[in-house]
Amino acid sequence: MSLAVDNLRVYYRTLRGDVRALDGATFTVQDGEIMGVAGESGCGKTTLGKSLIRLDGRMRVAEGTVTLDGVELPIADDRAMDTYRFRHVSIVPQYAMSALNPIRRIGRMISELLSSRGVSYDETLPELRRRLALVGLEDDVLDRYPIELSGGMKQRVVMVLSTLMNPSLLVADELTSALDVSTQKAVAEMLVEFRDRGFVKSTIVITHDLSILYQIADTILVMYAGKLVEKGPAAEITEDPRHPYTRLLIASLPEVGVRFEERRLTGIAGRPPSLLRPPTGCRFRARCPLATEECAEEPPFVELAPGRHAACWKAAA
Amino acid sequence: MLRVDGVTKVFRTGLFGSGSQTAVSGVSFDVRPGEVVSLIGESGSGKTTVGRMILRLTTATAGTISFEGEDVAGFGRRDLRRYYARVQGVFQDPFSSYNPVFKVDRVLGMLRSNYLPGLSDQEWKRTLRSSLEAVSLEPADVLGKYPHQLSGGQLQRLMVARALLLEIELLVADEIISMLDASTRIDVLNLLGDLKRRGLGILFITHDLSLGNYISDRTLILRRGRVVELGPTPKVFGDPRHSYTRALLSCVPQLHRKWSDEAGSSAASENGDSTAVIANGGGLVAVGDDHFVASEDERA
Repeated sequence: MSLAVDNLRVYYRTLRGDVRALDGATFTVQDGEIMGVAGESGCGKTTLGKSLIRLDGRMRVAEGTVTLDGVELPIADDRAMDTYRFRHVSIVPQYAMSALNPIRRIGRMISELLSSRGVSYDETLPELRRRLALVGLEDDVLDRYPIELSGGMKQRVVMVLSTLMNPSLLVADELTSALDVSTQKAVAEMLVEFRDRGFVKSTIVITHDLSILYQIADTILVMYAGKLVEKGPAAEITEDPRHPYTRLLIASLPEVGVRFEERRLTGIAGRPPSLLRPPTGCRFRARCPLATEECAEEPPFVELAPGRHAACWKAAA
Repeated sequence: MLRVDGVTKVFRTGLFGSGSQTAVSGVSFDVRPGEVVSLIGESGSGKTTVGRMILRLTTATAGTISFEGEDVAGFGRRDLRRYYARVQGVFQDPFSSYNPVFKVDRVLGMLRSNYLPGLSDQEWKRTLRSSLEAVSLEPADVLGKYPHQLSGGQLQRLMVARALLLEIELLVADEIISMLDASTRIDVLNLLGDLKRRGLGILFITHDLSLGNYISDRTLILRRGRVVELGPTPKVFGDPRHSYTRALLSCVPQLHRKWSDEAGSSAASENGDSTAVIANGGGLVAVGDDHFVASEDERA
């Protein structure tokens, strides 16, 4: 078992009180598993990813533990996490394209990063070259400035860089969202390739795009308003969603072949609740067509079948 | 209604405009009333530039854009005002379309003072209510609110409602749902479909093929400023003739079909394609009813 997250709660401090962006997440990611995290804006998916790597100043861990390869990560302690970052846990941040230092040549930047971790650049260079070649980049990118590279190239540089020390866990946040469809496919498939070659053990891919996850993820975790909604094998989540939110979300996606004139899709009425003072009970209750009185009590995130979890009173039936 | 004819846009780049970059090159198409035409392309394909030229936010270097037979380029101030009363645009980012300091009513009020100064308060209220109704917004939910109090979907629908206050005939919608969440974007798309049924012509600019496929009647695929394929949407998506269109389609992530399954089938269809083509001027070749494709060797 590679990653185990237990009852993790991460809140944002604001003047008006805590925003409960991530409110009780419990899940595991196996060795070699690519887990996709899907959800709409404000569901807590980015907060989840960031809390495994580095909290920003406004974030506070209210509760919960994260265990990686049997060792508990000190996620609340920024300093102590420093020994794990890059070597054991790593992230490809959202908008990775602007993650590169614009006034350093790529090679120099990588060498500075490695020496800050006490790793020799010269010794790593052959492996670095091999991996750049693998993602289709020429050696001379090391002598170039970020401005000279296209968005897709920068994205690939960041991916190679993040995984250079073969971390146990890689978090890729909206990796492909800013890319064109053809580049998107290439970069997404690279994640699978990296896993297959053992550059990373477990990967968490965060995106709002369920169809990308269907293509590359082994399992999918769906989130809504700071809560886990459903988790299961990617094909089962898309073919046979159990939670009403997942069902409605998938039903609202126009696929190539579906046309307005022939079949009118519908969205989900309403909007997610405020996480400053979240409602009691199921958080999807106000928008859920199946909601009844029992939904006023919060449904637990339970295992329905091996590998299938959902948090809904109606999902078990 | 709208006719874009051989339009080219060259941007001057570099110091004192020493260099030049062709963003759009010889693009021709038309938009008829009650029709959604989608303009699909990757970044840098010139799709936004086409929309901006139609809205006269920038001028074309060559070619003509005409609306109901009148050349848009020749419009003076007064003509332009008349033009904007019939043609409006809505853009990508609903959050930056509003001034965060003012209530959202202000964008509606500004439109009233600019275009509908003669309207009485009562008539204005009635117009406002009916256009909010058309985009299924409850007046009490949105009026008197600040932009940060509304969701992206509400703001974007309000932008469309603003355009509908005028009796517009053409809406240029540039990536209007790209920033919205999956569960709300479909409602904005359906709204475009309903407006189309009421006779509005819509130019739907997007990078997302599945959205274009869902809503549009005709599709135009742009690549590096040139039209690659143009035709009725079911034809372009169901029977794509240009290799670029096919490549694009095969990259679209779908929910029930994996990329790995696709590889075999697309190779097969490429082999079995030997339909005779009829030559046509302007670099495009007709391959069927209203379906045109650029010749493959044209790699500009």
